[in-house]
Amino acid sequence: MTATAQAPTGNLAEGSLTPSTRSGWRWAGLLLAIGVLLLTVAGSLRVGSVGLELGTVVDALVRPDMSLNEHIIVRGLRLPRTLVGVGVGAALAVAGGVMQGLTRNPLADPSILGINAGAAFAVVTAVFLLGVVSPFGYVWFAFGGAAGGAILVYVVASLGRGRATPVRLVLAGAVLTALFTSWITALLVLSQSTLDQVRFWLAGSLSGRDMEIFSIVLPFLLVGVVLALLIGKELNALSLGEDVARSLGQRIGLVRGVGATVVVLLAGGSVAAAGPIGFVGLAVPHIVRAAVGPDYRWILAYCAAVGPILVLVADTLGRVIAPPGEVQVGVITAIVGAPFLIQLARGRRVGGL
Amino acid sequence: MSTDANPIADPALASSRPGRRPAIPLVVRLAGLSLKVSRRTLGAGAAVAIAVVAAALYQLTIGEYAIALGEMLDAALGRGREDFAFVLRGIRLPRVLVALGVGLALAMSGAIFQGMVRNPLVSPDIIGINAGASVVAVFLIVTGSRSAVIPAAAFVGAVVTAFVIYALTWRKGIAGNRLVLVGIGVNAILTSLVTLITVRYPVQQVSEAVLWLSGSLHGRQWTHAVPLAGSLLVLVPAALVLSRQLKALQLGDDAARGLGARAELVRSLLILVGAGLAATAVAAAGPVGFVALMTPHIARMIAGPLTGGVLVLSGLLGAVLVVVSDIIAVSAFAPITLPVGVVTAAVGAPYFLYLLVRSDRVTS
Repeated sequence: MTATAQAPTGNLAEGSLTPSTRSGWRWAGLLLAIGVLLLTVAGSLRVGSVGLELGTVVDALVRPDMSLNEHIIVRGLRLPRTLVGVGVGAALAVAGGVMQGLTRNPLADPSILGINAGAAFAVVTAVFLLGVVSPFGYVWFAFGGAAGGAILVYVVASLGRGRATPVRLVLAGAVLTALFTSWITALLVLSQSTLDQVRFWLAGSLSGRDMEIFSIVLPFLLVGVVLALLIGKELNALSLGEDVARSLGQRIGLVRGVGATVVVLLAGGSVAAAGPIGFVGLAVPHIVRAAVGPDYRWILAYCAAVGPILVLVADTLGRVIAPPGEVQVGVITAIVGAPFLIQLARGRRVGGL
Repeated sequence: MSTDANPIADPALASSRPGRRPAIPLVVRLAGLSLKVSRRTLGAGAAVAIAVVAAALYQLTIGEYAIALGEMLDAALGRGREDFAFVLRGIRLPRVLVALGVGLALAMSGAIFQGMVRNPLVSPDIIGINAGASVVAVFLIVTGSRSAVIPAAAFVGAVVTAFVIYALTWRKGIAGNRLVLVGIGVNAILTSLVTLITVRYPVQQVSEAVLWLSGSLHGRQWTHAVPLAGSLLVLVPAALVLSRQLKALQLGDDAARGLGARAELVRSLLILVGAGLAATAVAAAGPVGFVALMTPHIARMIAGPLTGGVLVLSGLLGAVLVVVSDIIAVSAFAPITLPVGVVTAAVGAPYFLYLLVRSDRVTS
């Protein structure tokens, strides 16, 4: 990991704290976040329509006995669901952080660059035209649509005289998202059966996800998160402006390319696993930034720990909040996370919008 | 944007630069209201205004059966066939007027918000005003309320949401950045409530709600057109008066704060007017997509930074976009009529992309 004890660049503004105590606090905070994440993992394994003791959960993980119903629930349902939740939460939050750094737009999140819309476009079209029926069938369509959407946005933003500047990327993403959305809406208005089938997927859900889905997306998420943590320093330079970054000897094209790859891997992988979950990628980097400051090496590391907390808490709440049914995780992430964002916006000066 | 040492050296580059010929602003006065307008804006505005009238007239001639323009005009003047006059007055005219008003209102609302907060992604759909209307309308639709109450309820939903956002943003003043982040938070909550409703209710009702959410002019009548027109008569002049102050607000929150309490008042009034415009449009036709977010960019790419003139141009572009979209929605797959909101992006996006590719004047 690049986040070593080296002094962060922005320490002039950080008052009386010396760089090393500041760094120490950040490590402590990161450990705390990981601790909270482990608690939410335990909660996610225990809570549901059947409540389980922690001992039972540990037994099921360590000495599985498949003749016991509880163990089948833990290993067959809750564990894969929890793992997908951790992966998706980390991926969305890190992807959001990288995008906000790359585009220097704090409103950027994976849904802006056409990724979620591209995935939804591919899935809805597949359901409508090919009659694909299950979330397993959706996975590759979602991934392909996500990658296709991102590539299309990049190509459009690079056409013509100008380069693919952040403003161009953001605008191209917004306009292609509008196009995809209008196609999706047309299909949903025309075909009630398509609507009935995809509305649960479109809400963003972890329900019924198994180890197979997790193992399909895991490599993408791992590569994405590692690459993201490697370019933290470059994002710091880029956030000072392109000219500054260039004068610091940065290869901006390379950083952008790696960053875009990261976003496609992470956002594409998560939409393939859980459907389009909004808001996590937008809100978590803001919440994290308020705690650790503007250094992207720390922001991204914290995102990888805090994103899963938000997603798992939301998913666990969704299982118990409205029995006998479930409330989709994408619904709860917004209801749980939004007040944080609002409070954050109210509480301090939010600069650089 | 890059700055060349000698921009004139590359004619292709120079030709598209704003201000290559000295712009002489004209002052347009109308009923005590004066606007400084550049020639470029005025020319573009005139062209778009002609397009609006032409598109609106054409839309009057199409529908379940075609009526030639001459016959239509005769009927309008009371010299033509009775049934034509009935179709014109009872069905087509209100629909065209709603289309015009919705486009105008959405585009001006988007331009106001983007002018106030210098971020290209800001519009009433992003900060939750449309979602406020949507929650109320979708809930009423899936629970089977009478369709007559929906526009009023949607309007109330949007306005209440705007006040909630305003109240949550207020801390000894309204900072644009704070407004957007608070708005995004509120939008996320409201949108997820809409999603919740769409997965919890039977698919037949949800299907109707999706139709409303897509933005539709189907069956719009005088009961929609009259409140829309009344609301615009108040809000559009207010927007134009306030637009003269936009430039000061665009300097940034700190500079604007230096201007004192007056800037704060102007900002509050602008939010009120922008939210009111969005609420008016959404009440009449549902949250028609693309118009509020993208039309102001189109206007700025044509005519430069936001001024009162560009605000008007933006509104006119919005009106022509929605009317042309509705023409396509009615005629492209006849006898199936698409919701107009499905078409706005399909019509507007290619033009927007053309401008984006061609121009290096991408304003933020």
